[in-house]
Amino acid sequence: MAGRVIRTTCPYCGVGCGLVAAADGTLSADPDHPANKGRLCSKGAALGDTLATDGRLLHPQIGGRNASWDEALDRIAAAMTRAVADHGPDAVALYVSGQFLTEDYYVANKLMKGFVGSANIDTNSRLCMASSVAGHVRAFGEDIVPGCYEDIELADLVVLVGSNAAWCHPVLYQRLAAAREKRGTKVVVIDPRRTATNDIADIHLALRPGTDVAVFAGLLLHLVATGACNNAWTHDYATGFDETIKSAREAAPSLAEVAAVADVAIEDLERFYQWFAATERTVTLFSQGVNQSSAGTDKVNAIVNCHLATGRVGRPGLGPLSLTGQPNAMGGREVGGLANQLAAHMGFANAADVDRVRRFWNAPRIATQPGLKAVELFDAVLDGRIKALWILSTNPAVSMPRAERVRAALAACPFVAVSDCWPTDTTRFAEIVLPAAAWAEKDGMVTNSERCISRQRAFRPPPGEARPDWWMLIEVARRMGWAEAFDYRTPIDIFREHARLSAFENNEPKGRLFDIGALADLSDEDYDAFPPMYWPLRRGADHPRPGVKRLFGDGTGFTTADGRARFVPTPYRAPVVPAGEQFPFILNTGRVRDQWHTMTRTGRLPRLMAHQREPRVDICSEDVTRLQLKDSDLVRVESPHGAAVLPFRIADGLRAGEVFAPMHWTDQFTSAGPIGRLVGAATDPVSGQPELKASPVRLTAVAPQWQGLLLSDSAHVPQGSYYWARVPLERGHAFTLMGWEPLPSGRGTEFWVAALLGASTAAELVIYADPARGTYRYASMVGRKLEACLFIARAGSALPPREAAAALLGTRIEPEARAFVLAGDLGGAAALNAAGPTICSCFGVGLNTLHDAIVSRRLTSVAEIGAVLRAGTNCGSCIPELNSILNSAQAQTGTAA
Amino acid sequence: MSDRRRARLVVVGNGMAGMRTVEELVARAPDRFDITVIGAEPEPNYNRILLSSVLAGDKTRDDIIVNPWSWYGKRGIRLMTGIAAVGIDRTARHVMLADGSAVPYDSLLLATGSKPLAPPIPGVGLPNVRAFRDIADTEAMVAAARSGRRAVVIGGGLLGLEAAWGLKRRGMSVALVHLMPTLMERQLDVAAGELLRRDLDARGIVFFTNCQTEEIAGDERAQAVVLADGRRLPTDFVVLAIGIRPNIDLARIAELDVNRGILVGDDMRSSDPDIFAVGECIEHNGQVFGLVAPIWDQAKVCGAQLAGDRAAVYAPPPVFTSLKITGVDVFSAGALAAADDADEEITLHDAKLGLYKKLIVRNDRLVGAVLYGSVGDGPWYVELMRDKVDVSAIRDRLMFGRSFAEKSEAALVPEADATTTVSGAARAVPQWQDA
Repeated sequence: MAGRVIRTTCPYCGVGCGLVAAADGTLSADPDHPANKGRLCSKGAALGDTLATDGRLLHPQIGGRNASWDEALDRIAAAMTRAVADHGPDAVALYVSGQFLTEDYYVANKLMKGFVGSANIDTNSRLCMASSVAGHVRAFGEDIVPGCYEDIELADLVVLVGSNAAWCHPVLYQRLAAAREKRGTKVVVIDPRRTATNDIADIHLALRPGTDVAVFAGLLLHLVATGACNNAWTHDYATGFDETIKSAREAAPSLAEVAAVADVAIEDLERFYQWFAATERTVTLFSQGVNQSSAGTDKVNAIVNCHLATGRVGRPGLGPLSLTGQPNAMGGREVGGLANQLAAHMGFANAADVDRVRRFWNAPRIATQPGLKAVELFDAVLDGRIKALWILSTNPAVSMPRAERVRAALAACPFVAVSDCWPTDTTRFAEIVLPAAAWAEKDGMVTNSERCISRQRAFRPPPGEARPDWWMLIEVARRMGWAEAFDYRTPIDIFREHARLSAFENNEPKGRLFDIGALADLSDEDYDAFPPMYWPLRRGADHPRPGVKRLFGDGTGFTTADGRARFVPTPYRAPVVPAGEQFPFILNTGRVRDQWHTMTRTGRLPRLMAHQREPRVDICSEDVTRLQLKDSDLVRVESPHGAAVLPFRIADGLRAGEVFAPMHWTDQFTSAGPIGRLVGAATDPVSGQPELKASPVRLTAVAPQWQGLLLSDSAHVPQGSYYWARVPLERGHAFTLMGWEPLPSGRGTEFWVAALLGASTAAELVIYADPARGTYRYASMVGRKLEACLFIARAGSALPPREAAAALLGTRIEPEARAFVLAGDLGGAAALNAAGPTICSCFGVGLNTLHDAIVSRRLTSVAEIGAVLRAGTNCGSCIPELNSILNSAQAQTGTAA
Repeated sequence: MSDRRRARLVVVGNGMAGMRTVEELVARAPDRFDITVIGAEPEPNYNRILLSSVLAGDKTRDDIIVNPWSWYGKRGIRLMTGIAAVGIDRTARHVMLADGSAVPYDSLLLATGSKPLAPPIPGVGLPNVRAFRDIADTEAMVAAARSGRRAVVIGGGLLGLEAAWGLKRRGMSVALVHLMPTLMERQLDVAAGELLRRDLDARGIVFFTNCQTEEIAGDERAQAVVLADGRRLPTDFVVLAIGIRPNIDLARIAELDVNRGILVGDDMRSSDPDIFAVGECIEHNGQVFGLVAPIWDQAKVCGAQLAGDRAAVYAPPPVFTSLKITGVDVFSAGALAAADDADEEITLHDAKLGLYKKLIVRNDRLVGAVLYGSVGDGPWYVELMRDKVDVSAIRDRLMFGRSFAEKSEAALVPEADATTTVSGAARAVPQWQDA
């Protein structure tokens, strides 16, 4: 296929942008993909650089040793079989990922729910999408996103709730910003933080965290009061309006009280309400700020209620639009990959659904009730109910709330297997580690936030023995005795079955909306050539192409029992754990622009690290003053669940009393990660999604005694009474260090330094010490190669410039230049060499210097040389040499002596 | 005796200090004096410092001649070599010579240099036991290296080490006995002394440090050096290099004020205003001199005084040493180690390469430098010491030499990332600021 370009999709956020991979592997935006139409964000643009396979897991490992696939897979199958035999199906669990392709998801779900016989399969989408799923199901009878991205460009008002789209869904943000340029779209941002997204905001409601329900309940009442409601919708197309109004009155007794509860200016609030009421073409985008909350599902419904009340659903330029975090969160939901789903938008609530799937799968022991959602699932691992756990393509040791507790659970679990592309904080707990094929190496389908199914296509072979997740799963299924049910050769075999199931006994009008039956007989060729399509894609009819971009626009099609949408009463509930005496600050968590999830991919790129090099807690200047933080201080952030010491940054986009920290950094990158350590276990009662954005914490200043810069071949440093953060370099790694205890003294120093340098036995140490100034520098050389060097000073400003220093690693360092490694700059050595070998040692005059002076200043005697350079005027030892240099120089230039 | 005749300057000592003074004088006032130079050695003035290089074979005897016979002639200077001055009649203003003759003077310059110290032990008088002081000693050592196999050098200072290396270069197996634990302890700290010992060990010199010499055993000729601990070091030749002392015999006879050396003031005059003194024979402000740099300054001042410039005064510069052993770079100036808490030591150590540097800073001024293995910046450090430069701004770069330290400060401000942290580098930016 050389010369041919390959179209695929981006593995990052839920926008699901199309990419084009040239034959040489270079990546560019796909101009024809409906999601991005030629656009890319900084992460997507750097994807090509993430393809390097160094550091990848290349072979199956058992207890840290390389093993064959057969041995590893046999072990997993045996462990799961034994757990089922001894303790029943619920003693087994899978924890999977929105990074999965639909085919991976399908076999994982079928294996657990259909054949192991337990619904104990949950996914990191629980941390991301669960509340939207639950909200959609409550409102529409099914997990449906009624609109599409295009609506953002057709809208006159776009409301972003709990979304920093500028950083987390950059391409959609670009599309919105472009539309705003063109048509003057009004933009309202509802977010406790002022973020990059505010650059295009006309109104910013910096609401108190978790008060969204009150704000939208207030909006609903405003719509009623101002006659902005659509009676057909409030009475004919939907039910529950009156109860909903009733509860809204409790949640939002008056505009003033809403303003007070949400802590926003009453004028801004009213202006937002008026704009919403007055603007037919209104799109409400909502994301993690809504979902990651103990009231996430109610927030979703509070938003959807307002769109139902105005009949603004499923028509061009209007509607609620949930932005998913991950590339295939939607695909996972289609498959039914969450513990409380069954399959293909069928659930456990309906016995007929369970029976239908049992028959389709021919799975007599199919699970009949929901399984454990992520937080409960890891609790069950900790208390021993789950004996065998297989984690695929996700990093719960970092991403889960109460990360320490999750780690304890992983450590305690009798059997843990982990499939991933790189070693992670989670693989450390695994008895068996399986090398997974990465994005560029996998074939399959993904569905983005607008129900658009796209092909992801492999354009390079997996390194080593890496294999796709679906293959591992069916190999284990076969070994557990279900070869027939998992007889797939390729992803297309799986996808056809998935499509067939979606259409199985699925008859309108009361059928499931998720129906892609039109793809059930997709040929291998059509699968390869598959263009992006929106579902539903029903067999026959006027479908499939191009699919249905919008649903419910005419008030019909809801898959509730009565075919009508639901208004859902949403009583306002504040976050479960409020800030208090002990923990007076609220910690918000989220993303930074150039990182993705737990940095397994983006953290490897110096250029993506350049945007933000280390984790930091953002604090507004008011609180900085209140806490009496000095510029150079570190901050200890403590919650009942854990603590982290990290640098801070003054960020005036924050409300007083609220701080923000990124969720990305892990043990692989810093002593301060993961921030999930600090987050509590409160979850949404309906969706089970954890409250990741409102954790009470306390902050205390930690004064660094010293600061350091470590350059090393190794990616690891020992833990100690210091903060560290790692940044990858073109060659090696750079570590920022800040210690809050005095440096070890005397003999202690040597061991401490050796540990930091990871000095090999062959290493030759070069040491600089200025104890009075607290300045110490160490280089660990092996011949002409610098293995590591460490710079320590009292103040960061006394450290050498990073870039110059970073260039030292991997540079061939000549003996005479070794000392200059500790200068943090080899420039000095160059100057030294320029002077040439020393001739006059009394005055340090080099051969080249002499020669140049003799020629340029036409010196004709040793006396003149002495007058100009002082050479030879002290002990006179070099006078004979000076004479011969003089002669040779004059011979060259023809100067008369 | 009419007043019209030129004043008579007599110089006792045809060495480096005396002749440099004469050079300085005639450069300023060529016709002021009739000059007579009395030298005990037969040669014209040569560079004594280079005797080591001659011994090592790096230079020839002719290489080190500073002022050939012709130089004296051209300037009408009367040179009397191979004859010693034995007395001074200050009232008659005569210098008495060994042959009984007398040389009259109006001004007298004593540049009698120094004498090697001899340890108070038996055997120092044996014929194959020599100091290392002049060309005769050097030639004796060269000859010994031809005939003999083994040599013992007593004294691990500058001169002793150079002698040991020279004899080694000439093929002898050399042992060096040193009273102190550290070599060159007057110029080097312990760390540098250890490196030096390691390097010379590697070159085949066998060291006996921290060792007292009991006696030099032998009847007609020295056959062994016996140490206090009883060890015998058999040898064919012994070099005494335990130090020097100012040669003040003549001054004492003349009843000039002397202490360790001839006492002189800032104008280089002795207690007799018509008698000047320079070089290793003097004592100035309690300090005596063994190194060349301060002596050049004395010569300059003394030359100016003789030329009539009464304002010329001597202020001792920071002294610095470097060892003349090919391939061994040693440099030291000023303090060798922190004397008290106000002294701050900065060190750089590369054990594998045998590189060691120590700088001593006091009140933000450089007051000492010990360099081993790379001495190129020694002179810069001496300048910083001499000019009392405030080094606080360049302190972190001082160790890495002039060329590096004098690069712009700007290059040394650590930059932060696009969303600058406050910790480390204070700068508040909006949290959404992009790269």
